[in-house]
Amino acid sequence: MSSQSLTLRQWLLTDTPTSRRQARFAALYKGWLSLRSNHMAMIGLAILVVLVGSAVFAPLLAPHDPFVQNLANRLQPLGTEGHILGTDSLGRDILSRMIYGSRITLYIVALVAMIAPVAGLLVGTVSGYAGGWTDIVLMRITDIFLAFPRLVLALAFVAALGAGIENAVLAISLTAWPPYARMARAETLTIRSSDYISAIRLQGAGPMRIITKHIWPLCISSLIVRVTLDMAGIILAAAGLGFLGLGAQPPSPEWGAMISEGRRFILDHWWIATMPGLAIFAVSLAFNLLGDGLRDVLDPKDSAS
Amino acid sequence: MSTSISIENLNVYFGEHHDLFQAVKNASLSVEQGASFGLVGESGSGKSTILKAITGLAPQWDGHMAIEGADLTHKRDRTFYKTVQMVFQDPYASLHPRHSVDQVLTETLHLHGFDDINNRINKLLLDVGLGPAFRFRYPHQLSGGQRQRVAIARALAPEPDILLLDEPTSALDVSVQAEILNLLSDLRSEHGLTYLMVSHDLAVVAHMCERVAVMQNGEIVEIIDVADMRAGKTTQDYTASLLHASANRVA
Repeated sequence: MSSQSLTLRQWLLTDTPTSRRQARFAALYKGWLSLRSNHMAMIGLAILVVLVGSAVFAPLLAPHDPFVQNLANRLQPLGTEGHILGTDSLGRDILSRMIYGSRITLYIVALVAMIAPVAGLLVGTVSGYAGGWTDIVLMRITDIFLAFPRLVLALAFVAALGAGIENAVLAISLTAWPPYARMARAETLTIRSSDYISAIRLQGAGPMRIITKHIWPLCISSLIVRVTLDMAGIILAAAGLGFLGLGAQPPSPEWGAMISEGRRFILDHWWIATMPGLAIFAVSLAFNLLGDGLRDVLDPKDSAS
Repeated sequence: MSTSISIENLNVYFGEHHDLFQAVKNASLSVEQGASFGLVGESGSGKSTILKAITGLAPQWDGHMAIEGADLTHKRDRTFYKTVQMVFQDPYASLHPRHSVDQVLTETLHLHGFDDINNRINKLLLDVGLGPAFRFRYPHQLSGGQRQRVAIARALAPEPDILLLDEPTSALDVSVQAEILNLLSDLRSEHGLTYLMVSHDLAVVAHMCERVAVMQNGEIVEIIDVADMRAGKTTQDYTASLLHASANRVA
């Protein structure tokens, strides 16, 4: 192939890919191009890149140690020398704590994103494809989980398992999977009766192969969209648990816990609670914007035609 | 010549209990090896359902079906899938939207236990008139006719003896229909295939098949040679009216 004479862009956008790798990269690149044309999604992505960047380079970015207390210097307002976002009730630098807090937020988001959608996808697709009694049993279990208010169920789990960030993640995941299971099941029901599933059945493929190789790829895109849209809620739930003292424990700089600490001073020293609140708001908004953009890119109904 | 497909007193049902609907009633037909047999009738007459019953996609049936002398039970095995393959009506629905042509054919060949997959894919694509340039494309990068060619390549991949064709051209443009029908005729003579073809279009069936079963409301009304049908030697009024209707439409 005369790949040297082609630019990378032409190689990616060709109509006649010559290898599996090229076809796959081309599909990814086209998705990226259409995502890039969505400005709101790019703003969301930029905020998330900043979040990841500050989590990775926290020790380099943070001007102070997030745990060092200085009671002589407590409750400093915004713009204080050396403390741009002020200090909290124990004299700790709020900006440094927020930068370190991005690590915790990212950790929660990553763990929940690994547990809840995978569990939901598994339950939903198996339930939808198998039908019959399997479907009935799995869906009634899903209904039971759905019937509880999310935060109350998470509270109960944390109360049973003990406070802490890992248990908070586990509790949130346990309450977050049922909607994914419902969604995956609904999609599976429409997919399983389609001709391409009949066609692969006529090649002798078993149910495991059909579910993992043929149904999952079609469910995953809408699942990714739903997860990014739900991320805002998950971050808020984690912050809520932190606020109630059931998530991250002091002196951990988790944003929800920071708000909880600042609540006592909210009338006289509003920035202590407001700054981490703004961070939660920005990240939630970023996930929502990105999720909206991804929906346009990943929706198989659009790209199929 | 031996009998390739034999069906006796086949009944096919959908639904359960009080919703039970009998889609095919007491159908009997037999197709010789290497022959091309047509099933015609208006929509809802049960012609596609017979194909579904043969392939096992419509599991509620009774009666007697045999493929190359072997009786069919309610379970299909690998030998069956290697003998009988099907081409679906709508090429826009029968290809997985996220699988490239290469993935579709690789998986099919892999499932049937072939090992020289690379050469076979190239040969299959040539067989159906698509060059290797199409190998790594996704369905949305193909036209309707090209998609149907891929679906035919997939059906040919296990080297079957029998192809079930479920209105393979009705979802395509008129100009493309002829190409696909000619391709199917060529493939039949090249590979010595037996065809059981469903269509509502008498012209298509007359072009492709030697014998035709006419279906109405789930029953086979008449089985007749295409030559006799052309000559108007029908014994049933319904066949005559179907002929009449299609003659009017063409004229």
